[in-house]
Amino acid sequence: MALSGEDRAAVRALWRKLGGNVGIYATEALERTFCSFPATKAYFPHFDLSPGSAQVKAHGQKVADALTAAVAHLDDLPGALSALGALHAHRLRVDPAHFQLLSHCLLVTLARHYPGDLGPAMHASLHKFLSHVTSALASRCG
Amino acid sequence: MVHFTAEEKAAVNSLWARVNVELVGGEVLGRLLVVYPWTQRFFDNFGNLSSESAIMGNPKVKAHGKKVLTSFGNAIKHMDDLKDTFAELSELHCDKLHVDPENFKLLGNMILIVLATHFSKEFTPQTQAAWQKLTTAVANALAHKYH
Repeated sequence: MALSGEDRAAVRALWRKLGGNVGIYATEALERTFCSFPATKAYFPHFDLSPGSAQVKAHGQKVADALTAAVAHLDDLPGALSALGALHAHRLRVDPAHFQLLSHCLLVTLARHYPGDLGPAMHASLHKFLSHVTSALASRCG
Repeated sequence: MVHFTAEEKAAVNSLWARVNVELVGGEVLGRLLVVYPWTQRFFDNFGNLSSESAIMGNPKVKAHGKKVLTSFGNAIKHMDDLKDTFAELSELHCDKLHVDPENFKLLGNMILIVLATHFSKEFTPQTQAAWQKLTTAVANALAHKYH
């Protein structure tokens, strides 16, 4: 389902609220993904994946910056994410299903930190946004 | 058969003891219907599902959500024997209700997100992992009798 005007407004508003903390939440989402879905650790054999790892924190910031860029380009997510899509598909060879696992863990993380803001409507808008990001990243796969 | 460690069982049980089944059940089912609108097709006779507020305030959604989460509570009492525990419900969902088993995973994810909103401090990555394992195992048990 396409991102409606309300979805876009909701996601932009939430992102303004998250401010400079997106990196913290993306890092937590990565930690949760590795913990709940250990197969995803296979993409990071060169990382120290222990809690508090500086490498995971740095990677979390990279993910956060990419998501923030996506929020700034909601009108053209495939275009904005094209290079990252190619990277994840051709070089990193990420199973597209695994993007959804990270999305889910990001939703859990944000629900935990912003329970009052993650009501059903916001949850739905955020889920749609992350689905579009995932599609854009996966569209270069296979 | 899925094996749950003592730590996983403890993580699940300690949170479950504090869950308001009626409240959380309604929220979980409501969010499923809002976030994944196609699931509304299974609840045609529930009345007004036309908006987020209609869904979340719908008394039939709340009542059924309570029923679903109560069943989850039963799963928690039988974590070592989920397939047998859910055998009848599995047949019901397949033969009578015709629910695509993929939807059980979606409901499981809604449970996790609602728990995260209610128990921010306790919902550590390890606690999430235990609950993730449980919801996956319940989804599989519900799909087990499908043919």
